[in-house]
Amino acid sequence: MRKLYHQIDNISGSVVTLRAQGVRNRELAEIDSRVGTSLAQVIKLAGDEVTLQVFAGARGVATDAQVRFLGHPMQVPFGDELLGRVFTGSAKPRDNGPTLDMNLTDIGTPSVNPAKRIIPRHMVRTGIPMIDVFNTLVESQKLPIFARAGEPYNELLARIALQAEVDVIILGGMGLKHDDYLAFRDTLDASGALSRTVMFVHTAADPVVECMLVPDVSLAVAEQFALKGKRVLVLLTDMTSFADAMKEIAITMEQIPSNRGYPGDLYSQLAARYEKAVDFEGAGSITILAVTTMPGDDVTHPVPDNTGYITEGQFYLRNGRIEPFGSLSRLKQQVNKDTREDHRTIMDAMIKLYAQYKDAAEKQSMGFRMSEWDRKLLRYGARFEEKMMDLSVNIPLEQALDLGWRILAECFDPMETGIPTKMSDKFWPKKG
Amino acid sequence: MDKTTGSVTGVNGNMITVAFTGAVAQNEVGYACIPGKERPLRLMSEIVRVRDGVADMQVFEDTRDLRVGDVLEFSGDLLAAELGPGLLGRVYDGLLNPLPELAEQCGFFLQRGTYLPSLDRTRKWAFTPVAKPGDRLTAGETVGTVPEGVHTHRIMIPFAWRGVLTVKAVRPAGDCTVEDVVATVVDDTGAEREVRLMQRWPVKLPITCYAERLRPTETLSTGIRSVDTFFPVAVGGTYCIPGPFGAGKTVIQHQTSQYADVDIVIVAACGERAGEVVETLREFPELIDPKTGRTLMDRTVIICNTSSMPVAAREASVYTAVTLAGYYRQMGLNVLLLADSTSRWAQALREMSGRLEEIPGDEAFPAYLESVIAGFYERAGRVRLKDGSVGSVTIGGTVSPAGGNFDEPVTQATLKVVGAFHGLSRARSDARRYPAIDPLDSWSKYPSVIEQPRVEAMRDLLRKGADVEQMMKVVGEEGTAMEDFMDFLKKELIDAVYLQQNAFNEVDACCPVARQREAFDVLERIVAARYAYVDKAEARRAFLRLQQAFIDWNNTPRDGADYAARRDAVLKFVSEAPHA
Repeated sequence: MRKLYHQIDNISGSVVTLRAQGVRNRELAEIDSRVGTSLAQVIKLAGDEVTLQVFAGARGVATDAQVRFLGHPMQVPFGDELLGRVFTGSAKPRDNGPTLDMNLTDIGTPSVNPAKRIIPRHMVRTGIPMIDVFNTLVESQKLPIFARAGEPYNELLARIALQAEVDVIILGGMGLKHDDYLAFRDTLDASGALSRTVMFVHTAADPVVECMLVPDVSLAVAEQFALKGKRVLVLLTDMTSFADAMKEIAITMEQIPSNRGYPGDLYSQLAARYEKAVDFEGAGSITILAVTTMPGDDVTHPVPDNTGYITEGQFYLRNGRIEPFGSLSRLKQQVNKDTREDHRTIMDAMIKLYAQYKDAAEKQSMGFRMSEWDRKLLRYGARFEEKMMDLSVNIPLEQALDLGWRILAECFDPMETGIPTKMSDKFWPKKG
Repeated sequence: MDKTTGSVTGVNGNMITVAFTGAVAQNEVGYACIPGKERPLRLMSEIVRVRDGVADMQVFEDTRDLRVGDVLEFSGDLLAAELGPGLLGRVYDGLLNPLPELAEQCGFFLQRGTYLPSLDRTRKWAFTPVAKPGDRLTAGETVGTVPEGVHTHRIMIPFAWRGVLTVKAVRPAGDCTVEDVVATVVDDTGAEREVRLMQRWPVKLPITCYAERLRPTETLSTGIRSVDTFFPVAVGGTYCIPGPFGAGKTVIQHQTSQYADVDIVIVAACGERAGEVVETLREFPELIDPKTGRTLMDRTVIICNTSSMPVAAREASVYTAVTLAGYYRQMGLNVLLLADSTSRWAQALREMSGRLEEIPGDEAFPAYLESVIAGFYERAGRVRLKDGSVGSVTIGGTVSPAGGNFDEPVTQATLKVVGAFHGLSRARSDARRYPAIDPLDSWSKYPSVIEQPRVEAMRDLLRKGADVEQMMKVVGEEGTAMEDFMDFLKKELIDAVYLQQNAFNEVDACCPVARQREAFDVLERIVAARYAYVDKAEARRAFLRLQQAFIDWNNTPRDGADYAARRDAVLKFVSEAPHA
């Protein structure tokens, strides 16, 4: 029988300290107090003083609360039974299903040996032309969606979850509004995608420590599925809430903040999560798509800034569209040579012309005279935005490429597009 | 002397406090032992501070499960690297554990507490003696050699040994392993010491067994036009590449690691994406180095401590890398160390400093950040060795400034101590003008492959053209004088055909010095001429055609059949254009 402790010395935020012996770093404890039982994790040891982070928050925890150490770190159950279920950040059921405790696996496990990684080679089809054609998502890639609060990023994630060709989807929600969580659940349920989804949801009203656990539990489960040969897509929203939760705890712990109050290890903490994206040779893969909201639409804010240095590109969501210029998938070159021979041609030509359209539109707004060429560009830009960029467009890559040729043919002569003659001879739609 | 023993008294992240009996040294390595079923899990740690009789130690691994009261075994040694033949072509973590071998043992994941020897203990090397009995040698002088790839690997008197040593016996030519004794020497007290193929050296101390440091005066050719011509790097010099994310730092480093004209490249992937290392790791064994005819991997060592690997080992990894560089310099070789990225290393220092509760400096970086960065870059240099041969270590570090703002502490501390600055600009990378080295802000103190006045003249034109461009944004093309407009077109041309370089084009990816000189000559003739076009539209069209012709020339192999024809096509433009 493990020893019980009854004397808590300090309570501050969701952090408590007490005196205890033989406690392991990062071990779990159970705290029984007037408001109920909560798990807590050891985050610091100094002599016999043990600092615990209480998952449910320290509200209502009494100085004589009963503390029992469990002798193991945070674990999460794993198995096919998880599919279709919704859990909290501490892996407790959030739906009305039974509590699961089979195949417990540790969270926050060591990183993959770089020598075991392979060059990514499979595309993840999403049915969204702005992703498939212009910034292809690649298996084992980690990509953030940078957006201002208010952009429809959760809708975009839900659409990707519905349409992406993967085996398992893990959705990690952090600081979600409760209605957003319900919207996610209902959308996935309505389309039948819920049965291949596991959700770990922390809503804005839940204790802040659970928010910090969401990426770890999500990725631990993802890793287990991937090792079993599944292609897993992990959707995380919103990583800025995760970073803010870390900030909150760090400040409570009286750590010296580095930049805008965030702890100095923000980069390492984010990287430890994102780097879980991997393609296991001979097994499955983990692809991570994460929303990072940009406070004040400022990409130099510490969270998007550090994220950009970690991830393999980024999608900018602006005015409900995936912006073609700032967005970048660093891995697209690995796969878009093998899709269809005109893929790169269409990608380059359409973006180049769209950039020229932007110039023309600016000239127009400043009241300069429009040339014949400018008018062609304006026509093209409008069509491109309506038929390609709109997020509701859902077509496979091949159809999207055909659509690209049609839009070009409606607006330009082949000579004007800068497309090599060899390609336009073959793909340019014939009149009539 | 009694062995020092210690026990853990506190754990805070990867920082632990340890009470000890006996003596410990700053930066001494110890192992925190988590009791296990069969044998304890030993976590490597390093002393970073001793205060009130208690040692603060950074643990190079995850500290999960560590308890107060757990045993700490001190090793008596500083954090040291194994130096000897067999380092080239290998992939190590920041503590010099070979990663592929770790993978064989542990599978997909890095298991903590597993440490493997850096050098293969069983491999045989063909030893050739150089020293003779009776020779009097000092640290760093050669006892014999073994061939390693295309290089002659010198087996030297260990760098840590002091005084003059008299050679007593040298092993005759033959095969031996890194642990075999190849010579015995006698020091001035008469004690005998054994020289093996392998020696150990504490990574945080510079290797200084050379006769003198020389000035870096020779240009190191990287094959990147914008660098070699405008912002050159010197053999034995230092340079930094700061830039926001997505500006192409890693592509430049990758390109440099392939084409730089050096003997050995050490790539230190420090706290960056694992995926990028994988590209190097998988591609280099396939790519052939034209100079030696062997794979690029044969001249490369990869030290890889990616962002998700333990942060204390990240701090160690740059020192490990520079120690290997210094070791090969002792063999009279030119070594290039590429560190990507030094900001992650500085952040590792910041994390440690925060846990030590030191008084923070700017942006919570420790106050000693500048001296640490300076100390690192000062380990570069060109040196004359004791036998008269010359070796060098060139250091190029990328910097990842927060928010792309060069005013932050790491960039500023780095700029003070490097000889060249290749600032990458977001504006250039957004416009897909790669390499995104800003031609107006960057600088170099080293000599270029082209005479200085000619480079200056070209830069003046770039500046003038950029000014015109700014003005044109306000007054429009209509309001710009024809002469100014021509300057703008010339600047755009220099940018497009000389500064920009396609890293993914087989030919253009590397532009050797001779070719740079030729292209520069032609470019000079083009921009020196004064043209008389009827209007701006015609001038623009003509220059676009010229640009295309020049790029075609750039993309033609130098030994290709149509090389001369392509160059002549460019020259024809100058002779046929309407001149004023």
